[in-house]
Amino acid sequence: MDLNFTPEEEKFRLEVRRFLDENVPKSGLGNQREGREDKDWLARAKAWQRKLYEAGYIALAWPKEYGGQAMDPVRQSVVNDEIVRARAPYLVGGSGLGMLGPTLISWGTEEQRQRYLPKILTGDEIWCQGYSEPGSGSDLASLKTRAEIVGDEFVVNGQKVWTSGAQWADWMFCLVRTDPEAPKHRGISYILIDMHAPGVTVRPLVQMTGDRGFNEVFFDNVRVPRKNLVGKLNEGWLVANATLFHERNMLGASSGSEQRFNRLLALAKTLKRDGRPITEDPVIRQRLVDLEIRVEAMRYHSMRQLTDQIRGKNPGIEAMINKLVGTELNHDLATAAMEVMGDYSMLAREDEQALDHAFWPYEWMFSLGLVIGGGTSHIQKNIIAERGLKMPKSR
Amino acid sequence: MDFGLSEEQQQLKTSAREFLAGECPTTEVRKAMASDDGTLAALYDGIAKLGWHGLMVPEQFGGAGLGMLDMTVLLEEAGWAAMPGPFLFSSVLAAGALKLGGSDRLNAKFLAAVAEGTATGSLAIVESGDSLAAADIAMTAKKDGAGWRLSGTKMFVPYANLADFVIVAARTASASDAIGFFLVETKSPGVRIKMMKNLDLTRRVATLELEGAAAAPDGELKGGAAMLARMIDIGALAVAADSLGGSERALEMAVDYSKVREQFGKPIGSFQALKHAAAEIVADLEPARALLWYAAYAHDAVPASAPRAAAMAKARLSDIYSRTTDRAVLMHGGIGFTWEHDIHLWFKRARFNEPYFGSPSYHRERVAQLGGY
Repeated sequence: MDLNFTPEEEKFRLEVRRFLDENVPKSGLGNQREGREDKDWLARAKAWQRKLYEAGYIALAWPKEYGGQAMDPVRQSVVNDEIVRARAPYLVGGSGLGMLGPTLISWGTEEQRQRYLPKILTGDEIWCQGYSEPGSGSDLASLKTRAEIVGDEFVVNGQKVWTSGAQWADWMFCLVRTDPEAPKHRGISYILIDMHAPGVTVRPLVQMTGDRGFNEVFFDNVRVPRKNLVGKLNEGWLVANATLFHERNMLGASSGSEQRFNRLLALAKTLKRDGRPITEDPVIRQRLVDLEIRVEAMRYHSMRQLTDQIRGKNPGIEAMINKLVGTELNHDLATAAMEVMGDYSMLAREDEQALDHAFWPYEWMFSLGLVIGGGTSHIQKNIIAERGLKMPKSR
Repeated sequence: MDFGLSEEQQQLKTSAREFLAGECPTTEVRKAMASDDGTLAALYDGIAKLGWHGLMVPEQFGGAGLGMLDMTVLLEEAGWAAMPGPFLFSSVLAAGALKLGGSDRLNAKFLAAVAEGTATGSLAIVESGDSLAAADIAMTAKKDGAGWRLSGTKMFVPYANLADFVIVAARTASASDAIGFFLVETKSPGVRIKMMKNLDLTRRVATLELEGAAAAPDGELKGGAAMLARMIDIGALAVAADSLGGSERALEMAVDYSKVREQFGKPIGSFQALKHAAAEIVADLEPARALLWYAAYAHDAVPASAPRAAAMAKARLSDIYSRTTDRAVLMHGGIGFTWEHDIHLWFKRARFNEPYFGSPSYHRERVAQLGGY
């Protein structure tokens, strides 16, 4: 056990911090979910990702031949921590960076890696994830979007739903049914679909937050070259699980929780109830500390996993809980903020008297979406029990 | 950056697990439960040979000179086995107190004997008011020539029945923090020990009544109220480690049972109600393990954050242990409610661990104060 960073790592951290202090966009992109309605948001968001990439702060652990720096995961974690600390904007290419990229590195062909990875890094091509369908949510493997092989193409027909970022995505990594006769897990393939191809229609859905974050995507005889298949035909479920693993780790990342807790505590210290600081209310105090303890525990839990990664140990049951615990914790933090804020928690951001531009009420809603997305907490618990504890399958 | 157990610590864990699985199965634990003194002599002979008693004792006094993180590895395994007897209270708490505040002369006699396994100690802080605060300590220590005489009553003193000596917190003057720690030999005149009746029969507690009992020569430990704070850190960490191991065991038992017990024509572990209960325990337990590792590491290496980290670990793991054992009994159904089934051993051990050395809410308040809330 040694929690000290090397002098080189500390120097690196200061460099990252200085870069972020000088370069994080001051307005428009600053709040994660604000400003997406305005027209040049996408161009500015892409420019921010490119800037970060050119500074050398994206995908540090990826192999050099695909635009990474082949560094140990500690450097990437230093960057991630600093990005959160600086409240730097959301990365518009996050799905490519966090989900498809790592999947292609392990499952893609050499040609696919060369073709797609560099543009994922620079943000020149934005990806979305085509998994859920109207009839296939938690039972993802029942998906029906059909891809028939005609010559050297797939012809895709069907519908995806809850597709975040489809409105500005250039590409989709998508699960399609290529063998309707096979048992449901064995007839699925993982393909890459050009969102600008004829027959692709994106229809925005309004989330309960009022934002347009996710979409329905319709495929009407969309032609996809066979070389866009990732992994083997009808073995897409294996590839999909690799992507889900990366997604769940991304959704459960601990650094955001620390930042949120600090923001919650700072807010609580400024508020009064019945004339006394609300942090002096013993019930609120206990609740805040309980949350802080859970946040701290996840911080060390992440450090443990980072260490296992460096030591070359395969992830075990401890990695299966990241999504469940991380997203539930963030929602609990926001729910506690609602109590701390009292009547102010009912105000929308359009109200001038909203506290902190109604960051918390929106976080409270949005964070519940992440408890659902990527496999609901119920599904996560099934996975932990069945794969982690080897309890018998119920289905 | 390296956050995890070292190879040596992993080996210590594995060998402790093997030793306890062989020497301390529940059939043996039940013998201790049914006995008058609440321990297992043969088990403790084995522990002494393995050198566990001296793990944290400085080499100068015959120990291995290792740290709190090493000790939490052993305590986790002791908790897993529901190991009875005075190990935690003697080799961690009493030894920890001597290491912090004992003179070389005192330690050469008592700490060295604990390390060797030839003496047993205990620690007595709490009185009838059930408080860890210095201001609430009423036991008095009065100068008597070169020595001290103590009078008053301590409660919840673990294994006072087996102890050769007890480290006793006592008031030296009326100022609220004017307290000290004194080593009192139990064979001294004026010492009376009365067993209390404890739910957790894998442990024994007693009242310790002192009527002008003499502290041992050179028996005043250095440190006063500051030492009390350090002892709360050590106690919190030790109990948290035991709670981690006990929670793991309760989860294992419940999951194993769910795979073999059938209802509605299926193993009950195939039902989501049980799966989710088990998964929630894992989700609590794994991050708490990392929290404990950090707190133990901080105790050894980062003194500034050690008290807060220890309080966090104790609060969290006490809650988790109580909840886990409660759910584990439930997952067993009717058989889990019987005396015959072993799961209640951990259910009751959690009842000892939750309040001992500070309840979860006590430690959360400490976290708030130390964090400047």
